[in-house]
Amino acid sequence: MNQESLNRKARGLFVLFAAGLFAFGLGGALLLSPSAQALGGGDGGEGDYGKTLKEVTDKGYVQCGVSQGLPGFSNPDDAGNWSGIDVELCRAVATAIFNDPDKVQYSPLSAKVRFESLRSGEIDLLVRNTTWTFDRDVALGLEFVGVNYYDGQGFMVRKNLGVNSSQELNNVSVCTNTGTTTELNAADFFRANKLKYKIVAFEKSDEVVAAYDAGRCDVYTTDRSGLAAQRTKLSNPREHKVLPEIISKEPLGPVVRQGDEQWADLVRWVLNATIIAEELGLTSANIASHKNSDNPKIRRFVGSEGEFATALGLEDNAWAYNIIAKVGNYGEIYDRTVGPKTPLGLSRGDNALWTDGGILYAPPLR
Amino acid sequence: MVGLGQVFLLWLRENLFFSWRNGVLSVVVGGFLLWIIFLLGDWFFLSATWSGGIEDCRMRQDGACWPFVRVRFSQFVYGFYPSVERWRVNVVMFVFFTGIALLVWERTPWRGKIVLFMLCVFPLASWFLMRGGFFGLADVSTGRWGGFMLTLVLASVGIVTSLPFGILLALGRRAESLPFVKAFCVVFIEFWRGVPVITVLFATAFMLPLFMPASVNFDQLLRAMVGFILFSSAYMAEVVRGGLEGLQRGQYEASDALGMTYWQSRIRVILPQALKIMIPGILLTFIGLFKDTTLVLIIGLLDFLGMIQAGISDPRWGAPNVPFTGYAFAAVVYFCFCYSMSLYARHIEKKFSAGRDRRH
Repeated sequence: MNQESLNRKARGLFVLFAAGLFAFGLGGALLLSPSAQALGGGDGGEGDYGKTLKEVTDKGYVQCGVSQGLPGFSNPDDAGNWSGIDVELCRAVATAIFNDPDKVQYSPLSAKVRFESLRSGEIDLLVRNTTWTFDRDVALGLEFVGVNYYDGQGFMVRKNLGVNSSQELNNVSVCTNTGTTTELNAADFFRANKLKYKIVAFEKSDEVVAAYDAGRCDVYTTDRSGLAAQRTKLSNPREHKVLPEIISKEPLGPVVRQGDEQWADLVRWVLNATIIAEELGLTSANIASHKNSDNPKIRRFVGSEGEFATALGLEDNAWAYNIIAKVGNYGEIYDRTVGPKTPLGLSRGDNALWTDGGILYAPPLR
Repeated sequence: MVGLGQVFLLWLRENLFFSWRNGVLSVVVGGFLLWIIFLLGDWFFLSATWSGGIEDCRMRQDGACWPFVRVRFSQFVYGFYPSVERWRVNVVMFVFFTGIALLVWERTPWRGKIVLFMLCVFPLASWFLMRGGFFGLADVSTGRWGGFMLTLVLASVGIVTSLPFGILLALGRRAESLPFVKAFCVVFIEFWRGVPVITVLFATAFMLPLFMPASVNFDQLLRAMVGFILFSSAYMAEVVRGGLEGLQRGQYEASDALGMTYWQSRIRVILPQALKIMIPGILLTFIGLFKDTTLVLIIGLLDFLGMIQAGISDPRWGAPNVPFTGYAFAAVVYFCFCYSMSLYARHIEKKFSAGRDRRH
């Protein structure tokens, strides 16, 4: 009897020991994996140069990470196709490589997993309304290759509040999302301008809009593109207006993995090509008639002169021509996704060409 | 003869108004219920927009905007599955629901064979049919799967595989004579039960590929399934263990005394009895799992709820009632599925408890 209970005790201890060993091993594997990932993906080395383009060409499509539904940037339309200004950039990259804007597969990503998806090689390109910041660019092993939309935090108010500038917002309650930089930016702004305010914060955007619409606060603050999109969800959009001031810089742009400069260059110049085409006055409608132009800038653009495609690792020297013919220039893309004639109705503002008073500027193609 | 009206009045007095306190309570609660029903009915039907487009929904903001659901319905069901290939999903769904209906109806002949077909042949066949890529069937990558079909795929894979794994884990946990097996089962069950489901999904989505050779391209959907199987089998194991422990010790001893081997005793004596006790618990776990599938949104798969949320974000459907309509539709669909599962669970429970009562 005594012997038996001793045996049982020993066995129990043994089980405990084995369990501990197993848990230790599992924990070790979990701990080691991030470093394994950093070695495998992130930093890369010379071995990664040209890898992404080769993989994309082999599988026959671009795997593009987009948002899970942000009005005007990427959302499925009634027919089940993705549309939006971010989606158009994915389509432009696919056109440069395959001369077919539909050779894209979309990964709708949450904000939490977007960088992990890119680093693990799950996606080739991330165009998900991602703000270019020092930390993300330098510390996360990512490469921002440009800006496809200059956003910034703004304010929306009821027209009958009689406010024309954000400097006049005194003694107001402000609706916003909890725990975001939006909330902090707003607090900074009001404190710096010595204005009295009260924050009314909610977890989800739908709740913020509903609260603002119900009159629980005077001001709604988020990125201006977001304000425009949420405005369509108010019961009477015409009673509200967006104030002209911008209180933060939110340059949104496409992101690629660090280490493959060829792919970064390709995406950067696809974006630049759409901007240059607008500067040159080339649109999807008229570019065919410019195919035999005498203008050297246009000749370089449509691929009649120079060897830009081979430098990018592409085969078709008319890559930029194809982008404009099949997707359109930056202005066309903007107008069809977020521009004044869309439900968002965003004027070009900062996103106009530098020649039109905006800050959109692409280096010369030569 | 007492008239029906008198019976009704009698029933009212006995159940709702047998004392003045009870009467007040009945009036207050009843009035509140009627008020809720009226509000919901008004929003869902009377004030709702039934045809037209977004302009009509904007005109009638106090009710649901059903055109949004009608236009997007096929997206909610099939996700981004190409429309010409959707018959494949329809075939699978038809077989799936027919199979379930046949199994629920108790007088169906060859139920055993149908169970075998639904558990072994059907999942593989439907995977290959929906995935395609052979016999001239177009290849539809799982990245294009979405909507309700994705919810069903995830839920049924989790449900079907979790039961055998759960039984093995539960038996392993009670295997005193095999300390390593027991240790493994204890740690496995407690580990997956001890971490949030989102963590499991995140881990399988992004860490599983690290343990695989680089050449193995592991589908995102498969990874989500692995995550679901891991945690659902851990939960199932605890339900099964509850069933095993609910049996009287005599059953174990009697089967041992008859000279049965371990597996003979488990398969012929213990499990059939334990499973009967467990059925309600199992079905409740299934309901939880069915609802948990919405979490795959985190790792970039758009299930039924995800497709609805993505649809709401379309600026062309910008109206205050569109988000509410989308969520209300999701709620109704989830409720119908979960409630029918719970009704079935109750029916089974009643059936078996009646059986037990007779025996006593």
